[in-house]
Amino acid sequence: MLLGPSLALSAVLFVLGVAGVLIRRNAIVVFMCVELMLNAVNLSFVALARLHGVSGQIMVFFVMTVAAAEAAVGLAIILAIFRHTQSVDLANINLLKG
Amino acid sequence: MTLVFYVFAVWAVASALLCISRSNALSSALWLVSTMFALAAIFVILQAEFIAIIQVLVYAGAVMVLFLFVIMLLNLEVVPHDWRRWRGWVIGIGLAGVLGALLVPLGVYTPARLAREVSTMPGTVDPHLVFPEGDAMAAANVAYGAVGSVAQPLFQAYLIPFEITSVLLLAAVIGAVVLAKRKL
Repeated sequence: MLLGPSLALSAVLFVLGVAGVLIRRNAIVVFMCVELMLNAVNLSFVALARLHGVSGQIMVFFVMTVAAAEAAVGLAIILAIFRHTQSVDLANINLLKG
Repeated sequence: MTLVFYVFAVWAVASALLCISRSNALSSALWLVSTMFALAAIFVILQAEFIAIIQVLVYAGAVMVLFLFVIMLLNLEVVPHDWRRWRGWVIGIGLAGVLGALLVPLGVYTPARLAREVSTMPGTVDPHLVFPEGDAMAAANVAYGAVGSVAQPLFQAYLIPFEITSVLLLAAVIGAVVLAKRKL
């Protein structure tokens, strides 16, 4: 059934995404790591949908829609930040820092 | 089938590692596309053919093209300080390690183990009693076809979330245009 291996692969990809978000400073790469995490979760949804019925795949459908919307808005925000500070370095985005 | 799965699994993990370790944003994006292709192949092995095609079209196609357009638009050179300092590394690797130690043991799950945890009855449980259809996706694919088995619940049980999705997409479109425009 490949249930265990799929869940393990999903976990590994999710952890890689988390590590990427925490160690990179380029906003675009951080964003790509978020997409990687969403993909990892999709994989476990699909693996469990095989056993529990098709609802898991519907969830994947909705996750993809939200990811597409999030990518469009997020990249627009990155564009606006780049116009403001001339860089996409997350260390420069510290207006709210006390 | 299992061998094919492991080939694509290794491919996905290797591409993901390269994606988070390349200092050039463009090569990061291309390695992420490679990860998504490997995941699409795994979706086919897991009997989610429609989701696999949507994965290639929407993720590897539309979303990644958006990323590549923004990278091109910003004309980023290789940023010298793309990596966090040692404190970020310690926190990052530490948190990722803890998370990995918690999540990777899911790899020992089998349908029987899952049935034992889902059901409230004590002792060993027959997975066929908890999951009556057994291989639910295979049965649905035979009954309605690969697209029909997803469309059936999407347009019946999940119709209202599906319609709300269109409002979400409209809001995202308007938001993206408003944010990215220089002057309104």
